[in-house]
Amino acid sequence: MSYQARFKVWRGDADGGGLVDYEVTVNEGEVVLDIIHRLQATAAPDMAVRWNCKAGKCGSCSAEINGRPRLMCMTRMSVFDPAETITVTPMRAFPVVRDLVTDVSYNYAKAREVPSFVPPAHLKPGEYRMHQEDVGRVQEFRKCIECFLCQDTCHVVRDHEENKTAFAGPRFLMRVAELDMHPLDAAAEEGLDRRRGAREDHGLGYCNITKCCSEVCPEHIKITDNALIPLKERVVDRSYDPLVWLGNKIRRRGAEHAP
Amino acid sequence: MTRVDRQAWDVVVVGAGGAGLRAAIEAREQGLRCAVICKSLFGKAHTVMAEGGIAASMGNVNSNDDWQVHFRDTMRGGKFLNNWRMAELHAQEAPDRVWELETWGAVFDRTPDGRISQRNFGGHEYPRLAHVGDRTGLELIRTLQQKIVSLQQEDEREYGDYEARLKVFQECTVTRVLKAPSKSGSAAGGRVSGVFGYERESGRFFVLEAPSVVLATGGIGKSFKVTSNSWEYTGDGHALALLAGARLINMEFVQFHPTGMVWPPSVKGILVTESVRGDGGVLRNSDGKRFMFDYVPDVFKEKYAESEAEGDRWYTDPDHNRRPPELLPRDEVARAINAEVKAGRGSPHGGVFLDVSTRMSAEAIQRKLPSMHHQFKELADVDITAEPMEVGPTCHYVMGGVEVDPDTAAAVGVPGLFAAGEVAGGMHGSNRLGGNSLSDLLVFGRRAGLHAARYAAAFATGAAPAVAEADIELAEAEALRPFGAEAAGNASGGVAENPYTLHQELQQAMGDLVGIIRRASEMEEALHRLAGLRARARRAGVEGHRQFNPGWHLALDLRNMLLVSECVARAALEREESRGGHTRDDHPGMDRRWRRVNLVCRLADESAEPAAADSVLGLIRLERLETPPIRGDLLELFEKEELRKYLTDEELTS
Repeated sequence: MSYQARFKVWRGDADGGGLVDYEVTVNEGEVVLDIIHRLQATAAPDMAVRWNCKAGKCGSCSAEINGRPRLMCMTRMSVFDPAETITVTPMRAFPVVRDLVTDVSYNYAKAREVPSFVPPAHLKPGEYRMHQEDVGRVQEFRKCIECFLCQDTCHVVRDHEENKTAFAGPRFLMRVAELDMHPLDAAAEEGLDRRRGAREDHGLGYCNITKCCSEVCPEHIKITDNALIPLKERVVDRSYDPLVWLGNKIRRRGAEHAP
Repeated sequence: MTRVDRQAWDVVVVGAGGAGLRAAIEAREQGLRCAVICKSLFGKAHTVMAEGGIAASMGNVNSNDDWQVHFRDTMRGGKFLNNWRMAELHAQEAPDRVWELETWGAVFDRTPDGRISQRNFGGHEYPRLAHVGDRTGLELIRTLQQKIVSLQQEDEREYGDYEARLKVFQECTVTRVLKAPSKSGSAAGGRVSGVFGYERESGRFFVLEAPSVVLATGGIGKSFKVTSNSWEYTGDGHALALLAGARLINMEFVQFHPTGMVWPPSVKGILVTESVRGDGGVLRNSDGKRFMFDYVPDVFKEKYAESEAEGDRWYTDPDHNRRPPELLPRDEVARAINAEVKAGRGSPHGGVFLDVSTRMSAEAIQRKLPSMHHQFKELADVDITAEPMEVGPTCHYVMGGVEVDPDTAAAVGVPGLFAAGEVAGGMHGSNRLGGNSLSDLLVFGRRAGLHAARYAAAFATGAAPAVAEADIELAEAEALRPFGAEAAGNASGGVAENPYTLHQELQQAMGDLVGIIRRASEMEEALHRLAGLRARARRAGVEGHRQFNPGWHLALDLRNMLLVSECVARAALEREESRGGHTRDDHPGMDRRWRRVNLVCRLADESAEPAAADSVLGLIRLERLETPPIRGDLLELFEKEELRKYLTDEELTS
């Protein structure tokens, strides 16, 4: 069942690099990460790659396989034709450290900019009551394994380094949505407006819902449909809702005409 | 001599899994400055792999539950070898640690009345595991990670610096715990003064000076061929503790989780959560028989169903029926599967069948076991809603670890060193119950952080133990050795060794010879092979440079894996009985006289010398330590009849 596969792996560092050709054995049932490990153990002991759980749960081994952002541990070799040359490159949206390892500190910086969960002042630990139907959506977002593939693929930052300052990216806009939907988050009581924050601090307006992020999500989270669009709707509710505007206008006019 | 970057902190935590992060949060909340060092990126620790849940007797699903019942289950699971004080603290404090997570933003699955839902698990008398589907570990890590971010946000508001009092040094490895010489001048009795490590990305060395160091590095599974553990699990904390003069206890007890994936080969060992059985999954052999009914040991006979019908009724009416034997503690189930496969009744790829498809609706499986469904679909082309899984034992957890004071998590014999989580020993005795790991991380992570902070706070400014320049130079030379191995190897007539090859041979030896079923001759052979590997590991050489060089990292990790493997093999050879995660083919019975014996590993005094590759003696010395008697009021929680199975007659009468 084994065969020799042709691989092209990007080797290099911040100063530059290029694709290097390898011929390597592939056995039945293997995933791309297995092949990278085989290269390390045989042809290229210093090939740099991040990985950890090897079961799609930690989100460490993100890379681009034939140009598509994927987890290497969840990409089975059987999806490729044995004759095909497989190209593995580092995530493009982040600066290269070495080989397949990129500097993902942008994501950690953005995580710090999202105000944390605010516990309700009137409830002590153990007194929280929430219903399953009210937390299901929040739990969907908390499935996120922070592989940052959505951040990598998002066209707002993929080839636009200049947008990184103003734009938190799908993962962290989803985090804002998660907190905004948490049944017991007490941000409002503390005078914190998460929806305004999404627009003004995290660049929600940059997102034009092309759904690229949802397509690459290995957890199949509907980032766009369930997090970003609802968040946009609620931001609009607050800042510009034509019906509310019209209602206010009519009421005001009515007041003007009152005796 | 190169300049090594030095920074001063109050508390250094090594490891950023559940225990490490919980310790760091506590130390920071005590007002101290805390640094966390981890090998992976922040938020990727192996804790994310925990699936089933956090055991805590909140009584949300069955109000009969309380800490005493949890304590009892934990002691039974560990076959009474547990450090009873740790088991007591753990059972008492686990509910508070879970509730606290909710105030930090965790979102657990709910009961119909809105409280935290709890699920059944092997060895737990009542539904006890707080969970989020089958990704509880991820929820735990993310919650702790986000709590740390919130503390950093506070510091940013107060000091203008997110990292003023809490900083994560990610993708760094610690290779030595440093100590100040004791007053007599010897390093043996000295206090902890900091850690030496390197940045994986750049290869640069650094020293963090701190009076308190908390080890929270997890386990040792990467020394075994088939394991559910990630690459990080190379026994770093165990080895660091030994090298710093601390002692390891119970290292012979290694848990083989009964259900790991067996096919395809590349995922062999990856965990299949126990929740599959907790929620109704059954084990069958190639004859289609539910074989677990044949493997209920005498000590558990009264607690488990005798027929399939009774076991089936238990899921809906637990008060009038006994649980199915698929939910026996892990050691029992793992041995049973091993025996079935050996008897020729295994599945095509050398496991047995685990089936939920005939017992739960497809919709229920996808809701309750989403990541298992995903994992089998993506990695094995198996749809678990329609067909059975193939599963077999996989090295999962080490019960043994650093000998600690149960209340403070302080390592015995090394002032300033603390240990919590899997790297600490004692809590789980000879076998850990599922769900007791995440609660262990939280309970003892918090205690370690608290006492590490108190210990550090007692030093006046400028009075903390000093790091000696000479120790830094030694640590640096040790870390750089793999780069010069080629030259050194030629000089001594040997050739440089490939660290990957050495690692594979080590895993093979431990898996074959010190695995799930053990016998004396095989363990002697293992010790012999370990000695050979130890000698060759000194010649482990690497190419390239220090920037993100995985070959170099592995060459350094080999020291740790070889040390802990020797501990496991030596202790396993010594303990001539079978108990929990230690099964001797040549000593199949449990012996009550062995219950009170802890086997203690320490580093041989002479091992600091380069010639310490002695094949007969090795680097580890074993001692027997008699454990203190269990407190009377705790013993009274058990029936006399049950105690007779574990305690000797003298213990029972006194």
